[in-house]
Amino acid sequence: MRQLFKFHGGVHAETHKAESTRTPIAQCAIPSKLVIPLHQHVGNRAVPTVQVGERVLKGQIIGRPEGRLSSAVHASTSGTVSAIDMQTVAHFSGLPDLCVTIIPDGNDEWIPHSGVDYKQTPHTELRHRLREAGIVGLGGAVFPSDMKSYSNKHKIKTLVLNGAECEPYITCDDLLMRERAADILHGAEVLRELLYAEEVLIGIEDNKPEAIAAMQQAVNDDRHARMEVIAVPTLYPGGGAKQLIRVLTGIEVAAGVRSTEMGVQCFNVATAWCAWRAITYGEPLLARIVTVTGNVERAQNYEVLLGTPVDELVVQAGSKPDTYKHIMGGPMMGVDLPSGAVGVTKATNCIIEASPAMFPPPQPAMPCIRCARCADVCPAELQPQDLYWFAKSDNFGKTQEFSLFDCIECGACAYVCPSHIPLVQYYRYAKNEIWQREKEQQAAELARERHEYRQFRIEREKQEKAERLAQKEKAALAAKPPAATPLPVAADQNADPNNTLQMRVDTDIARSNMQMRIDAATARAKEQAAAAQPKNTVALTPQQQAEIAEIEARRAKFHANASHSGADDESSKQ
Amino acid sequence: MWSSPFITTPTTVSQIMLRVLIALFPGIALYVWYFGPAILVSITLASITALACEAAMLKLRNRPLKPFLSDNSALITGWLLALSIPSLAPWWLVVVGTAFGIVVAKHLYGGLGNNPFNPAMIGYAVLIISFPMHMTHWISPHGLGGIELSFAEQLNYIFSGVLPGGSTLDALTTATPLDTLKTQLHLGLPVDAIREMPIFGYLGGKGGEMVAIGFVIGGGYLLLTRVINWVIPATYLGTLFAIAAIFHLADPVHYVAPLFHWFSGAAMLGAFFIYTDPIGSPNSHKGQVIYAAGAALLTYLIRTFGGFPDGVAFAALLMNICVPLIDAYTQPKVFGKKGGGK
Repeated sequence: MRQLFKFHGGVHAETHKAESTRTPIAQCAIPSKLVIPLHQHVGNRAVPTVQVGERVLKGQIIGRPEGRLSSAVHASTSGTVSAIDMQTVAHFSGLPDLCVTIIPDGNDEWIPHSGVDYKQTPHTELRHRLREAGIVGLGGAVFPSDMKSYSNKHKIKTLVLNGAECEPYITCDDLLMRERAADILHGAEVLRELLYAEEVLIGIEDNKPEAIAAMQQAVNDDRHARMEVIAVPTLYPGGGAKQLIRVLTGIEVAAGVRSTEMGVQCFNVATAWCAWRAITYGEPLLARIVTVTGNVERAQNYEVLLGTPVDELVVQAGSKPDTYKHIMGGPMMGVDLPSGAVGVTKATNCIIEASPAMFPPPQPAMPCIRCARCADVCPAELQPQDLYWFAKSDNFGKTQEFSLFDCIECGACAYVCPSHIPLVQYYRYAKNEIWQREKEQQAAELARERHEYRQFRIEREKQEKAERLAQKEKAALAAKPPAATPLPVAADQNADPNNTLQMRVDTDIARSNMQMRIDAATARAKEQAAAAQPKNTVALTPQQQAEIAEIEARRAKFHANASHSGADDESSKQ
Repeated sequence: MWSSPFITTPTTVSQIMLRVLIALFPGIALYVWYFGPAILVSITLASITALACEAAMLKLRNRPLKPFLSDNSALITGWLLALSIPSLAPWWLVVVGTAFGIVVAKHLYGGLGNNPFNPAMIGYAVLIISFPMHMTHWISPHGLGGIELSFAEQLNYIFSGVLPGGSTLDALTTATPLDTLKTQLHLGLPVDAIREMPIFGYLGGKGGEMVAIGFVIGGGYLLLTRVINWVIPATYLGTLFAIAAIFHLADPVHYVAPLFHWFSGAAMLGAFFIYTDPIGSPNSHKGQVIYAAGAALLTYLIRTFGGFPDGVAFAALLMNICVPLIDAYTQPKVFGKKGGGK
């Protein structure tokens, strides 16, 4: 028997999983339209590669990955692109994002595609295939999987396959493991290959005996070596990657540390399944299993095309009329969808139809009585009551001192709070404020640099003007014979401080250095002007004369600009 | 639209506070059994005062009345104060103490959750400093052979200050066991001889020790229902026992046995009902250990060497002051930052 470890805290909420596990996964019908967001993953939004009116095939890329951290987006079925515009998406911010709307033609016609044998294929190509297939973490984090499949620097010992599914109501991974265990494990082998991982540990909460049995059977049937199915205690949030890693290996991965640095990598079971389909069959991520449950006639899991409007999905499960909101995800960490028109995304593991009876609106919050029940259940071992206090009083420095960013927003604290304080909301608020302020600070920093450089430039131009004026007067005095007139030009050519100065940086120190150099250069120029015999002023080639003329012209223009900006400077000083 | 989590446990502040009140029942019942029903009068007076002051302050502070009046926290303040002071006392004593606790110690600091000091203990401190005489008239327990007043006579005294003909307050009341011990030790008697006196029982004072057992039963209920955790009561009682044992073993003539400290005065009330007040105690278990051990040490020092008969209330207030400091130094390490992967 493997020794399991514990993580601090956690809560036992009513699981409500039985409702949606009675029937096998059903195919959700092709909807009347697909609203496919181009930003369904962590990283850069995919760039649209199709035009409005274009016919697309099932599996065709409609958004190509942009930059290193990004993932492709595909047409989930064949049809016609009817719009590429900003639409409400399934995100808690409620902000619109760029979506491709496709009107399906009903033929479900595939683009030509083919897979490879992962054992015969270089890792680089496998990773490229994952990226082009739009494979991202399906446990909810939607982090591009290709970026997680490296093991160059850190030798990875353990690949953790996450089938814990700790959130109440959600059963999509449970059903997937029951029905498609063999392919999940094949996917795990692909990921193990990419990571050079020694062992694969599959963590499943012990409230899913059927899934555990199916996975165990598949391990035995296909003789997977060093692969273990482990029943872990049912305790929310035991399915959090860090919590599951802790339970299975005893390793605690701190916030801001990559688990790979500690020899562990973690993938969701559904991600492994999709990776297998993508590599072996060349099928991109076009659909996912979604649990539809709550206030419905037939709670069930559906295989749903990405982009299917939530409204069209829930109708198939028989959403009841008193449903007053759709929750995407579980009741602990889910999102109250801004609208039923949003499309199912790669992150949509569950839709809970909520009625006022099942999910009554929150009670009014009472003051915190510092009972510390929140601290008792916090899996990150934070002091939620202190974080709440600091966040509420906008004391953001203190929130960071108390490790605000270690908070995984699991909601256990708010779940147990007897004062019914929406604690997670306060933490999100504080995090957003801190991010916002950091951004503003960066912008201010940039503005300050620009301003300082401008100040420096104005000063420099003034000085040059004064200097040149002095030189001109001097030259006019010293060189009565007209032959000497080009002298200042020569002097300038040799020692125009402008040439060196333009490269300079704009700090105060640099500025004072600059002043010294300007002085030195001025002195040098004066010396040269005094000492130099006009040796290069006679017998000038036409080319040289042209150059001189050009320089003169440039200078005249420059002077005009300088005086202009000088005046401007006075008026625009705010 | 609200944000996750969308479910919560049904536990409410009001429920937690109600459990604390229920947990006081066994102690109160035994109190009535051994000392007569006068305590019920002071609990009633304290409850009415607490709710009236709470309502008035909420009104003044523009806070909604219903959620706060029904949170039961004001009642706890009233009940704890009533249990901490003599029950046979003029009506205004408990009223003044409760009013001060609710108005000054609770609401002037921001109301529920924001009071750094335990309001009931503040009320007690005000009373013992302002009216020390009234605070010494404890009813003698049954069976001491003194005069015992009927309930009607007790009521009459509480509200009009008139005693039945022939009896004096001194004949009706007695010093507490802790007080007696202190006085007699001062007079040179050894502990053993003092404890032979009639007001002492098996463990502490006659009657009082049974009330303390009632509080232990209530404390057990609070532990079982997880309203409190075991850290503070266990540390407090453990430390008090240890210190008393050291002194007692070193000099049994002058220092009373540890069990006496447990079962006399307000030690058990403190261990389960006062020090466990979440608002004025540290959050981490480590902090709670420091806090409870400090409270036990102060209780012992005040009882043994101080000027007041009992030290539970002052120990609570003094440790309340220390809580922000204790919290600052006992921040638990967060997940993954304890050093060492495993």
